[in-house]
Amino acid sequence: MNKEHLSEPRAVRWILTAIALGFVGLFLLVPLAAVFVEAFSKGLEAYAAAVTEADALSALRLTLLAAAIAVPANVVFGVAAGWAIGKFQFRGRQLLMTLIDLPFAVSPVISGLVFILLFGRQGWLGPWVLDHGIQVVFAVPGIVLATIFVSFPFVAREIIPIMEATGTEEEQAARVLGAGGLQMFVRVTLPNIKWGLMYGVILATARAMGEFGAVSVVSGHIRGVTNTLPLHVEILYNEYNAQAAFAVASLLACLALVTLVLKALVERRVRHAGAEAGRQAVEVMAWESKSGV
Amino acid sequence: MGIEVRGLTKTFGRFVALNDVSLRVESGELVALLGPSGSGKTTMLRIIAGLEAADSGSVLLDGEDATARNARDRGVGFVFQHYALFRHMTVFENVAFGLRVRPRARRPDETEIGKRVRQLLELVQLDFMADRRPSELSGGQRQRVALARALAVEPKVLLLDEPFGALDAKVRLELRQWLRRLHDEIHLTSVFVTHDQEEALELADRVAVLNHGVIEQEGTPEQVLEHPATPFVMSFLGTVNIFHGRVEAGRGIFGPLAVEYAVHADPAPRAAAAYTRPHEFDVSRSETGGGMWTILEESTPAGAMVKLELAVPDGPAIRAELGRDQFERLGLQPGDRVYVVPRKVRVFVN
Repeated sequence: MNKEHLSEPRAVRWILTAIALGFVGLFLLVPLAAVFVEAFSKGLEAYAAAVTEADALSALRLTLLAAAIAVPANVVFGVAAGWAIGKFQFRGRQLLMTLIDLPFAVSPVISGLVFILLFGRQGWLGPWVLDHGIQVVFAVPGIVLATIFVSFPFVAREIIPIMEATGTEEEQAARVLGAGGLQMFVRVTLPNIKWGLMYGVILATARAMGEFGAVSVVSGHIRGVTNTLPLHVEILYNEYNAQAAFAVASLLACLALVTLVLKALVERRVRHAGAEAGRQAVEVMAWESKSGV
Repeated sequence: MGIEVRGLTKTFGRFVALNDVSLRVESGELVALLGPSGSGKTTMLRIIAGLEAADSGSVLLDGEDATARNARDRGVGFVFQHYALFRHMTVFENVAFGLRVRPRARRPDETEIGKRVRQLLELVQLDFMADRRPSELSGGQRQRVALARALAVEPKVLLLDEPFGALDAKVRLELRQWLRRLHDEIHLTSVFVTHDQEEALELADRVAVLNHGVIEQEGTPEQVLEHPATPFVMSFLGTVNIFHGRVEAGRGIFGPLAVEYAVHADPAPRAAAAYTRPHEFDVSRSETGGGMWTILEESTPAGAMVKLELAVPDGPAIRAELGRDQFERLGLQPGDRVYVVPRKVRVFVN
């Protein structure tokens, strides 16, 4: 049977596909390839030297440390916010949802400046924390804070829609069946949100490791002390050491690729779980409209 | 275990869901809370379960004040309207949940849990579905899993929120009879919420009819059906014909109808209305007295009965029901003059 009339003309389909693939190639694949080509341009040894150099390793450690603190903090906050917003109606709920998106709306540089204003020598809280012997700005705590701030919305945003779709009845059922708060959370709530949570964690991790602007402002660029990987790349590049810069950048690119693969895997599960929650929600709505409650 | 609620009041914002409601449910009874949407019936059930807190009033379980007791400590089984099965667990794990979350000292071991769960699944005739997920079950099967899950914790009271609401008509009927048999077997004190009067009347030992947050009447199905306490109960339990008029000097006068009404012996008239159900009319072709002449507008066969739409010269049309054989004997055609006499009239003074 000829189904030609059901779709766009062949030429249109070819052109659209070509444009899409062209963009992907030009803006994603070519740069990615360039990173690796440049990184290995002076051979394997130069690459190994660049990524095992003391400052590079220290930057890698700091990046992983910042992510290791920011992501769990994000999970705790995200689940709490998701729970509050997804399962309860309260005054200020809409405001809270808007505030969660704030780090998306604000330029990362501004986010960094906020922490300078707060914790800098002349900042609101700066003198107080300095009196207590804590260096926030131009030190590791500042970098961690900035990282937490910019990766803040990811987990919450993934969890809220799932929590809203699943509703509170399962939790109530668990309650009546004798479950305590923790049992209810671990046995009922967590399994329902786990794929969304995982997805949020992956996104937050990617952002935490890749963040440049906010971290750049609070870091102070002290080599071997307050440089994260992205900052280290920039320093190397500014020193005209392109090969080393790209070698370190290739580490970030690898982290990104791993994240991407994980994301794709989890996404499949999320869609599956989401479809299920969605279907049940639709059934409920259909029933309610039928019976007029 | 008996249930008693005293003076329950609950408001949501400005909406009064329950207004000083009291009810006793005796041990082993099956009681229906019947009412339209927003009448407060579900709120009442949820307060009994401890899922909602009343603004004032108290809940007594087995004579003990349980108002401040947490839902998990009330020993009630609750079947949710949309079942609320744990979607990521198998049927088996759903039923086992209540046993698994018990404190270690009271938790049965794995073999005991397995035995209990299988027994319950046999009871609800779903033992072959133990490894399925809720999403793979039909509505009626989900409902039975929800019931098995609620029974697993050996509750002293079973509460069911619109237990058959989301099912299609046939499954509904089967499950209703099945639940009645189950109740006759295990005699668990049970309260269920429904907006379907047929369901309430067929299933329950006693019915409490709610409207706008108050109980309008409670009694056996026979009592509420035959002796409705208020016009609302009368209209909610089935189709009614209403004749407006007045009562005076021991008589009720409603248009062409006149009936004895000894309750109001006062000669001063008061506005009143007479209610008659469609099946409570005698229909004939000749004037037998005490009734009125009407014109048959339309007849609709409905199973063993025929529904008649009868026009009254100066009043709203009457809806009557007649056995099919009698309808055929009379040979009625649309346009025919028909004489109707209400066999039973309930008068409510405004």
